[in-house]
Amino acid sequence: MNPFSYVRPNSLKAAIEAMARDHSARFIAGGTNLLDLMKNGVALPEKLIDINQLPLREIRQDGNTLHIGALVLNSDLAAHDLVKTQHPLLSEALLAGASQQLRNMATVGGNMMQRTRCSYFYDTSMPCNKRQPNSGCGATGGINRMHAIFGASDNCIAVHPSDMCVALAALDATVLVAGPKGERRIPFTDFHRLPGNTPQLDNNLAKNELITAVEIPPHPFTKHTCYLKVRDRASYAFALVSVAVAMDISDNVIRNVRIAMGGVAHKPWRLPDAEKALTGKTPTSDNFRLAANIAIQGAKTYAHNGFKKELAFNSIQTALLKAATA
Amino acid sequence: MKKQQTGQPMNRVDGRLKVTGGAKYFADHQPADMQYAALVCSTISCGAIAGINATKALRAPGVVDVVSHLNAPPVPGYKKTTPGNKNGLQIFRDNRIYSNGQPVAIVVANTLERAVYAASLVEVQYNQETHYTNMEASMDKAFQNNRMKDYSRGEINAWQKAPVTHSAQYTIPLEVHNPMELAGIIAHWTTPDNLTLYAKTQGVKSVQETIQELFEIPEQNITVHSRFVGGAFGMALRVWPLEIATILAAKKIRKPVKLVITREQMFTLVGYRPNSSQKISMGATPDGKLTGITHEAVAITSPYEDFTEGIVAMTKFMYDCPNVNTRYQLVPLNMSTPIWMRGPGEATGSFALESAIDELSYKLKIDPLQLRILNHADTDPERNLPFSSKYLKEAYQIGAEKIGWSSRNPVPRSMQENGMLVGYGMSSGTFGAYRGKATVSAILKSDGTLTLQSAAADIGPGTATAMVQIAADVTGITPDKITFMLGESTFPYAPEQGGSATVSTVGSAVSDVCHALLKELANLAISQVPAFKQTTPELIIYEDGQLITADRQTKITHEALLQQQKLPEVKVTATSQGGDERKKYSMYSFSVHFAKVHVHPATGVVRIQHIVSVADAGAIVNTKTARSQMIGGVVGGIGMALTEEAILDHRFGRFINNNYADYHVPVNADTPPTDVYFVNKKDPHINPMGSKGLGEIALIGFAAAVSNAVFHATGIRVRDLPITPDKLLHIASTENATT
Ligand SMILES: Cc1cc2nc3c(=O)[nH]c(=O)nc-3n(C[C@H](O)[C@H](O)[C@H](O)COP(=O)(O)OP(=O)(O)OC[C@H]3O[C@@H](n4cnc5c(N)ncnc54)[C@H](O)[C@@H]3O)c2cc1C
Ligand code: SF4
Repeated sequence: MNPFSYVRPNSLKAAIEAMARDHSARFIAGGTNLLDLMKNGVALPEKLIDINQLPLREIRQDGNTLHIGALVLNSDLAAHDLVKTQHPLLSEALLAGASQQLRNMATVGGNMMQRTRCSYFYDTSMPCNKRQPNSGCGATGGINRMHAIFGASDNCIAVHPSDMCVALAALDATVLVAGPKGERRIPFTDFHRLPGNTPQLDNNLAKNELITAVEIPPHPFTKHTCYLKVRDRASYAFALVSVAVAMDISDNVIRNVRIAMGGVAHKPWRLPDAEKALTGKTPTSDNFRLAANIAIQGAKTYAHNGFKKELAFNSIQTALLKAATA
Repeated sequence: MKKQQTGQPMNRVDGRLKVTGGAKYFADHQPADMQYAALVCSTISCGAIAGINATKALRAPGVVDVVSHLNAPPVPGYKKTTPGNKNGLQIFRDNRIYSNGQPVAIVVANTLERAVYAASLVEVQYNQETHYTNMEASMDKAFQNNRMKDYSRGEINAWQKAPVTHSAQYTIPLEVHNPMELAGIIAHWTTPDNLTLYAKTQGVKSVQETIQELFEIPEQNITVHSRFVGGAFGMALRVWPLEIATILAAKKIRKPVKLVITREQMFTLVGYRPNSSQKISMGATPDGKLTGITHEAVAITSPYEDFTEGIVAMTKFMYDCPNVNTRYQLVPLNMSTPIWMRGPGEATGSFALESAIDELSYKLKIDPLQLRILNHADTDPERNLPFSSKYLKEAYQIGAEKIGWSSRNPVPRSMQENGMLVGYGMSSGTFGAYRGKATVSAILKSDGTLTLQSAAADIGPGTATAMVQIAADVTGITPDKITFMLGESTFPYAPEQGGSATVSTVGSAVSDVCHALLKELANLAISQVPAFKQTTPELIIYEDGQLITADRQTKITHEALLQQQKLPEVKVTATSQGGDERKKYSMYSFSVHFAKVHVHPATGVVRIQHIVSVADAGAIVNTKTARSQMIGGVVGGIGMALTEEAILDHRFGRFINNNYADYHVPVNADTPPTDVYFVNKKDPHINPMGSKGLGEIALIGFAAAVSNAVFHATGIRVRDLPITPDKLLHIASTENATT
């Protein structure tokens, strides 16, 4: 690990200023991702700005909108009454992530900002365009069992590893950020990026901006939800494929539906075409199969992740069925 | 009657120390002025070091030295051999790189953080050569050495002529022990030829022996401490280059040096279960009598050592089959040397053998359990000897009953439960029941306490606890007054803790020394205490720390006896080993595993629902720690079956999942209710306790039970471990695939 300095500002303003003064600085929240990156020599900040003193720990209802501070712990969020009752999909997704110990440290902002788990990204003696632009992509011609089937580029086929973010993408959340120029709001589905020619950029947050909160607008998805995570071991493993489904069903008709996937793309992967195809339809296996079929169109697989297409196809149907019968 | 201590579920004597942090593991020691080390490891897989630039590292704060082949003190023992002649990696001897992750330098600083940082500043230039890490692509390099000769009895490849045959290839990936405690050592040269080591090892005496050979200093100048070990599973059965590197650094800087390696380095520096490919072919008569088995195995090793293990061992004697032939070959690759990993080769071999038996059973339309019983070997067909004890049939029966085998519908993919496909599978395992040579000292103090000492190890099974129980039964002293001390090279000789032999080997020596101690006390009483004058040691009753005359009229406590004679203590040392019973009997432990699994029909996710494991391991000394041993083995078996695989990118020869997040050892959620049963019948020949080994059979065979259950659930046969969801995905499209 590099030698680094450490500051713990008390206000948002001070935190943002501290960042502006030092290009290599990084915010640190729970540290569950950043410390690993530092130990592996992937992140080499010369200054850590500990944001844990900032007043960003609140979960509150603003009218019909749920406001979640960026420092709320993953475990607290999952267990919160408002979340369990109004946004059960989010609670399910959070509990499918990492382990209890990690969730006790991990924050909402840190979860969104966590880097890919691509092995080549983590090993500084291997090529990786995300870590070292133009060094090549180790995964494309290497071991890519965990990698993307949607939205990848020749430069990078990594996936975003978060579970929480898949649910937030499905629920049309909004990200609140603060920077030197003030505050702005970013729709959750626009927050993370596809790799394109700039795989080094995971998202659209500027270097000197800080996530302050996430907001979830009101929605009718309190009953028919499902977060299905398929993984290599029963807990404490990243998704091979995950599916978040939220449905509003009345009179045996799907009035509204959201579907998003994790483990398949560089960002939480919403499935708008499949959603459209299901809206106004009856919740039957046949319709779910049609939707799943639409969802996997355009999937592009590599040497070791060919199974993900079929797994996605099956998992979407399973999740839809589970949500519909919930 | 006094209560018998062996066979009881006695709590661990060191349990409290362990859970309260009182147990000191190697890294907990802190000799004065200790320095901290970090390794710089090769990022190429084959070639030579062209140069090492340590300038930046040496300038970093707190750095004491950077030691490599360029400046390491000589190792006198290296002289005797030339590098590359299969004698282990001679660290820092020259500039050759044999595998990725090989240590090229050790950086020493006054704090751990500084050492780690400085290690990142060391610049190494390499001349890279073509490397080979892919076994499949290197089969042309396969060879045999003289430890692995072809075996045959009867006719070679007789299976081909059988009316019903099965032949298939089974592969197991490289697996890494990954105990919780990381490897490392503290080395302290107290004088230029006196070395003290705090080690993580399964055998302090073998460490002492290796160091003596390498550094050519007298045995008594080398002190090795290793009282507590946080798991090892075989990885601490030898001295590794990382330990020699630390000893060299300590020698050079003349201060104690501590090295604890990283999780990532655990994949390349302390051995692993070698990946293997096995072909099993077998034939049987239509009524299920095996007529021939052919077992051909290939596994990997390093360029500089031939690592062999018992991959084809079980096939030779497990079933009563007249014609058996085996072949075992090695492929040397640019990898570090493998080492025994729990269940070692037998665990690898049993997956192939016990899967193949299951496959054959479906072809024969005979219940797989029935097929095993039909071909049960009543005597050892390999050595033509009776077994010292074998209660495998009882074990089958217990297991079948407890899992509910009879309610299993034999047709694959015929059972469902809550939308899940249900499968039941079973398998058996076996491992040699050994007894080696060990020496134990017994010191009875005049306060009535008994201390036993032997240079044994405890990597977790609860060795000291079992030894106390054995001693209590022989001496009649209550367990609370008995202490068993281990893990010190100054104690009398005991072999490494490996091969499930500690209770048998060290326990026998404990039993012998306790008998010798009683005899000593008896003789003392007979010669000095009037009431005992007329008796003999054999007639005396030994109870609750007392000597009692046969008529129960006179008693004397150990305390009184010693105090009367003004003796502060009585010390007896005894060495124990078996006689010629091994020539007369074949000695094996046996296990039987039953598993019930659920397989998700759409995602292919396997969840084990229930496990029943039954061991025929002779008399069980401690039913509580033995049960824990079995469960530990089962958890290892779950990993082997479902989750564990160290993956290499052959382009680089580097592991891509060398951490706990990506290399999946099973977590609690993967571990279902596990019922453990023991046949618990004494082996009349192996040792005084009648106990056979347990540690290995807990795992051996387990993976096959799971894969057999998965086949029963899905109709899909996975012959390539681990059984991850992707391998079962096409369940939906294989509706009728049942063979
Ligand atoms: C072994 C392991 C398994 C895991 N498994 C899963 C899993 O299955 N599913 C899953 O979803 N996650 C998983 N995780 C990831 C875990 O969820 C993240 O590490 C965690 O959410 C990160 O949060 P943190 O607060 O600890 O972030 P930190 O490590 O503190 O920070 C991570 C990054 O976010 C930045 N950051 C933090 N807060 C802010 C903010 N408010 N504004 C701007 N930038 C910020 C930091 O600068 C840093 O770059 C796993 C992690 C580990 C180590
Ligand atoms: S997939 Fe992306 S993160 Fe992985 S090696 Fe390629 S560029 Fe790097």
